[in-house]
Amino acid sequence: MNIVVCVKQVPDTTNIKVDPETGTLKRETAGTTINPFDLYAIEEALRTKEKLGGKVTAITMGPPMAKEILKMAIGMGVDDAILLSDKKLAGSDTWATAYALSMAIKKIGFDIVFFGKQAIDGDTAQVGPSTSEFLDVPSITWVKKIREINEKEVIVERMMEDGVDVVKSTIPVVLTVVKEINEPRLESLKGKMRAKKYEIPIWGINDIQADENKVGLKNSPTRVAKSWTPERHFGKVEIMDGADTNEKVEKLYMKIKQLGIIK
Amino acid sequence: MAEINKLDYKGVWIVAEQRRGILHKVSFELLGKGREIADALKCELAAVLLGYNIENLAMELIKYGADKVYLIDHPDLKDFNDEIYSSAIADLANMYKPEIMWTGATAIGRAFFPRVAIKLNAGLTADCTGFEIDLNERNLFQIRPAFGGNLMAKIITPERRPQMSTARYKVFKALQKDESRKGEIIKPQIMIDSSKARAKMLEFIEEVETTVNITEADIIVSGGRGLGCPENFKMIRELAEVLGGAVGASRAAVDSGWIPYSHQVGQTGKTVSPKVYIACGISGAIQHLAGMQSSDIIIAINKDKEAPIFSVASFGIVGDVCEIVPALTERIKKG
Ligand SMILES: Cc1cc2nc3c(=O)[nH]c(=O)nc-3n(C[C@H](O)[C@H](O)[C@H](O)COP(=O)(O)OP(=O)(O)OC[C@H]3O[C@@H](n4cnc5c(N)ncnc54)[C@H](O)[C@@H]3O)c2cc1C
Ligand SMILES: Nc1ncnc2c1ncn2[C@@H]1O[C@H](COP(=O)(O)O)[C@@H](O)[C@H]1O
Repeated sequence: MNIVVCVKQVPDTTNIKVDPETGTLKRETAGTTINPFDLYAIEEALRTKEKLGGKVTAITMGPPMAKEILKMAIGMGVDDAILLSDKKLAGSDTWATAYALSMAIKKIGFDIVFFGKQAIDGDTAQVGPSTSEFLDVPSITWVKKIREINEKEVIVERMMEDGVDVVKSTIPVVLTVVKEINEPRLESLKGKMRAKKYEIPIWGINDIQADENKVGLKNSPTRVAKSWTPERHFGKVEIMDGADTNEKVEKLYMKIKQLGIIK
Repeated sequence: MAEINKLDYKGVWIVAEQRRGILHKVSFELLGKGREIADALKCELAAVLLGYNIENLAMELIKYGADKVYLIDHPDLKDFNDEIYSSAIADLANMYKPEIMWTGATAIGRAFFPRVAIKLNAGLTADCTGFEIDLNERNLFQIRPAFGGNLMAKIITPERRPQMSTARYKVFKALQKDESRKGEIIKPQIMIDSSKARAKMLEFIEEVETTVNITEADIIVSGGRGLGCPENFKMIRELAEVLGGAVGASRAAVDSGWIPYSHQVGQTGKTVSPKVYIACGISGAIQHLAGMQSSDIIIAINKDKEAPIFSVASFGIVGDVCEIVPALTERIKKG
């Protein structure tokens, strides 16, 4: 089995602080980390290999510093890692990212490709299914359980709003996974040692035979025209004061009654 | 990339969603917003409906504002299938060339619209919460939260058509249903070839939740680690019950095993935007705020007056949840 797992480097929201004056994020303090959803993708890739044999390759498209998260993936146990990094790829939207990833994944060779449900910076959840379209293989999003898997077929449970769809697919396939699917392992000591020594290959667009007119900011269909931090109620909260619980509750009760929350 | 002539593309399309013969309400909401944009652009508003034995639903879409419904009724469309649905929609879009195409940012919409966008060489903007139109360039401004709602972005698709987006549920307003509205139902000849689909739905397992699904609820009462123990979730449930709302939770409460994951609100849980969100014993970590800060009214109950939850709340009580919540429930019961 050729198993590929796509991972992304994102700002670390655990260290992000809110500016107490403005209520906006202090992004400069954030640092970076692996997209939390991608840990579940790595874990499921490793479990699939443990079951069926083969090899797991982690790939990320990003700036040179994105190597760090690939080292982490190796620490967890993936066999190989590839950094797709090229100035021409900078500013790619989900369409262009999916195109570039698909070209790299074709070069690696694949039976199953795992993605996280979504990346916590863009929150789009689009790169997985878009990549599957470029690869011309089926995609099953929001997988919460792999029920059965062999070399030819996979049966999964997919999370929907009202329950679970059980879906069967031929392999090759693209799966995007949700948090419920597993409990990701930590990096092992042995893995960390290996990661230290592992030389991560860097591929540019020529290595994957990508068309430079399909990638990067200027070839991306969507464009960010403007971005801003949303206004918050910050500091405008009305606290229901009172001598005791009953007084406070009475005030809140009157408030929610006024607002028509209770009839 | 080959240049396209933007003027070849006309009309606003809402790809409606139905599961087991029931239309998702986000489809009506999008028709409401679509009506406004179509009128501004002086073009038609059409709904697209795929499924099997669903002809009766087409009229519903007209009553909610569509001028036309493109209906494809076929046995192979009975269950949602990523490949079949995306091929059908891409074929239709190639045939009629809509200028704007939206669907709900639901599990289904977010699964197949990306595939359609690749087939059409079109851009796709995820999970939009606002749309504005620039009448000069006929560009759609697609407004969406990123970074768990901590950043807003205005996205345009200046050179490609259709302009595609998925849009968040419960943000846009549906029009009043107009029983007398007339419209046209069109049944385009599209090849549906399920033998090409490599994935297949085997069965659906309904999740039996005793409480209302939190993404649907107008009122959510959520509990966090401040509750102290699993038993105290009972008072959260009781308050939710008297308000006719659903029960939510912070990740800390879920990770402690006090309540199942399906109740988790936040970055790694569900995104909700109810009319009222009551946070009880929840500190308001950024990852929690990401899932609920677009609620209309936020009420926080927390013993720590410095808790960040108060920074997004409209109203608050500083005090012990174990006293406040039962007292509030009693007060509401008393009326
Ligand atoms: C990658 C990542 C993703 C995450 N995703 C999510 C997510 O989806 N959803 C989520 O919720 N969290 C998420 N978290 C976790 C988040 O960072 C917080 O740890 C979590 O939200 C805290 O939950 P809490 O507010 O219930 O607990 P705490 O932070 O422990 O807060 C408890 C609060 O209760 C108050 N309190 C205590 N006792 C009482 C009392 N008797 N009466 C009144 N108030 C009391 C305290 O003052 C405190 O403010 C994520 C974290 C990471 C790193
Ligand atoms: N630049 C990238 N490199 C590798 N994988 C990515 C990249 N961007 C997104 N992904 C994958 O796609 C998933 C969904 O991301 P998104 O569509 O950006 O929300 C992530 O969880 C990753 O698995």
